[in-house]
Amino acid sequence: MTSIWEYANPKKFIDTSDRVIPALWVLSLGTLAIGLIWGFFFTPDDYRQGSTVKIFYLHVPAALMAINAWFMMLVASLIWIIRRHHVSALAARAAAPVGMVMTLIALLTGAIWGQPMWGTWWAWDPRLTSFLILFLFYLGYIALWAAIENDDTAADLTSVLCLVGSVFAVLSRYAVNFWNQGLHQGASMSLDAEENVADVFWWPALVAMAGFVLLFLLLVLIRTQTEIRARRMRALLARERMQ
Amino acid sequence: MIPELGKYAGAVLSAYGVSFVLLALIVGASVWRARNIRAQLKDIEDRLKAQRSQ
Repeated sequence: MTSIWEYANPKKFIDTSDRVIPALWVLSLGTLAIGLIWGFFFTPDDYRQGSTVKIFYLHVPAALMAINAWFMMLVASLIWIIRRHHVSALAARAAAPVGMVMTLIALLTGAIWGQPMWGTWWAWDPRLTSFLILFLFYLGYIALWAAIENDDTAADLTSVLCLVGSVFAVLSRYAVNFWNQGLHQGASMSLDAEENVADVFWWPALVAMAGFVLLFLLLVLIRTQTEIRARRMRALLARERMQ
Repeated sequence: MIPELGKYAGAVLSAYGVSFVLLALIVGASVWRARNIRAQLKDIEDRLKAQRSQ
């Protein structure tokens, strides 16, 4: 049986991901399209929120990926710190811009929904604030990678930053439960059926969530391949300069 | 075909518009950089191979 650590070999990672990427393009865009078209065109308005309930199909999956992208980066960073596999450090680097975009989508769609529903674009509510801090952590993480020339030093320092930022990733998920205050409601989707929205909203949202997860995987694979190639390019250029 | 969005049409359509633009930007940037780096790496590898064979 193939060990997962074989994918720490850059060539093996690129060869395997090259085989997966075409299928992921079809699956991710197809699933995303089905979820969003279903939610936008074929679900009713909510009796309180009216048609703004349609924003839910973007906001919830984006928020889910904003947090989970950071956890994927955390796992990859821990693998780097413990086992020193370059591919895992580069995968964490590759995931950061995607996670940042997901966080931005969650913040912007939340603000657009909040204006008509809460009467304000923004409130210093625990969940909103922790999401904003998570967004700033993404920015800082990306900037730190860009600022350090030595790849290994950059991977070390960004891994530490990722560990610290994980506190805010946890807070942004559980802020509503920790501080029972603020405007943001509790979870709309969970494994506990009593907390869930009605099935008519739940199913298309679930498909949209699957689409966001697959799109994230696709982009992380493409971007990790790019980071591996960019690293090899820098190594070849350095070797050429020394000759 | 477009559902009746009523007084919230602006909010709903702008949320979808902003999200699609951001998703298109990250997908486009990822694919563009992937192609660019792949082509640059191939150029360097070809150049080094040519130097070695001389």
